[in-house]
Amino acid sequence: MDRNLKRIAIENSDSIVQRWLEAIETLKEGSFTSNISDELFESTNREFVNVIFKSIQAEGSIEAVEVFSEKIITLGWPLSYITDGLQFFRRVTIEFILSQVDKLDSDYFSKVLTGVDNWIEPIIRQLVNEYTGSWEHIVSLQRVALQELSAPLMPVMDNITIMPLIGTIDTERAKLIMENLLEGVIRHNSEVVLIDITGVPVVDTMVAHHIIQAAEAVRLIGSTCILVGIRPEIAQTIVNLGIDLAKFPTKSSLQKGFKSALELTNRQINDLDQGVSDIEQMIQSLKGE
Amino acid sequence: MALQSCVNIKKEWDIVGARQMGRDIAREMGFGTVDQARIATAISELARNIYLYAGSGKVCFEKIDTIEKRGMCMIATDAGPGIVDIGQVMEDGFTTSSGLGAGLPGVRRLMDEFDIKSAKNVGTEIKAIKWLR
Ligand SMILES: Nc1ncnc2c1ncn2[C@@H]1O[C@H](COP(=O)(O)OP(=O)(O)OP(=O)(O)O)[C@@H](O)[C@H]1O
Ligand SMILES: [Mg+2]
Repeated sequence: MDRNLKRIAIENSDSIVQRWLEAIETLKEGSFTSNISDELFESTNREFVNVIFKSIQAEGSIEAVEVFSEKIITLGWPLSYITDGLQFFRRVTIEFILSQVDKLDSDYFSKVLTGVDNWIEPIIRQLVNEYTGSWEHIVSLQRVALQELSAPLMPVMDNITIMPLIGTIDTERAKLIMENLLEGVIRHNSEVVLIDITGVPVVDTMVAHHIIQAAEAVRLIGSTCILVGIRPEIAQTIVNLGIDLAKFPTKSSLQKGFKSALELTNRQINDLDQGVSDIEQMIQSLKGE
Repeated sequence: MALQSCVNIKKEWDIVGARQMGRDIAREMGFGTVDQARIATAISELARNIYLYAGSGKVCFEKIDTIEKRGMCMIATDAGPGIVDIGQVMEDGFTTSSGLGAGLPGVRRLMDEFDIKSAKNVGTEIKAIKWLR
């Protein structure tokens, strides 16, 4: 019986595909937020329906399904494209098979329903699994990437290190900042570390508290922490909150902070041009004599 | 009453969502950079207190737009343990979580108007307004 149904479906795949393509066309409006080209939509639809037929023929799991779900994720299309597409296929195929017989009895009817459901179900399961699995994979990769970005430490010079912070700081990130800071100060043997908060959108009591604790910990291991990049509006809100940052050095900009760091490590910036013009002056004055 | 927009606070990242919505409303109403930062910080404090002490709740925003005054109101509500001694939590430095204890007194200074209603085991409602000048 099932083989018979399958034969009908495969022999008439052209008409089924045609009907399915018409049905899926309705998805284009509505379920997609971004604009996609007609060609891409059509070619993907054709690929989708080929995958469905291949899977029906192969009776279950095949590589094409995997490849296809990966493609849908790369395109950024919603999961509903897959589930709706398969629902349409189910409906279209059932309608088609039933329309092939002259008189319908309920026995045949239910056999067609179960038969088609049995083809579709493993495909849905596999596609949805692949789709969510890939997403989970992407999310976990991004989490690692984010963690690497969240508290970077840059040794810019002997004994001077900078930690530029960009974006929201939550408790997890605050912990990472502390860990990386201490570990980095020791590894790079930094005398001074500059924490740049230019890119932190909001400094509330939680963020301030963590920065104060980090600075205190850095002091305990014998280095100095300078907080730089305090935007004027952030300075105001910190004062409003009544947070006392007087205990450790702060500077409005990274440049100024870097200068104090040099001073603290007994160094200074010398302008090369300045040196040249000094020599020129000397030559000039010699000539004048 | 004026139209409210609310953000539910359940996870830590909802604090960021509330902040973003509040900042957008403030910007749209014409608040300057400093007041936007004050509003965003106040939201952050109230939302984090909900997350830390009540577990869950919501932060709502209302635009006040009358002939005499224009401003933005935020209302943080939760059904958490409540605050028994309001005088105490409004003191600088009082904390039960080894924080700075600067959140609530800070919000009062960041905003123009501030009001707490709280009952033990019923919950807390904090309302704060920033006027547009
Ligand atoms: N929504 C709330 N429900 C119950 N208790 C609260 C609530 N908000 C604040 N509290 C209590 O009030 C205390 C003071 O709050 P406040 O925000 O001023 O400081 P904090 O949260 O302890 O530290 P931080 O400076 O990081 O904000 C808290 O420690 C807590 O015990
Ligand atoms: Mg607090």
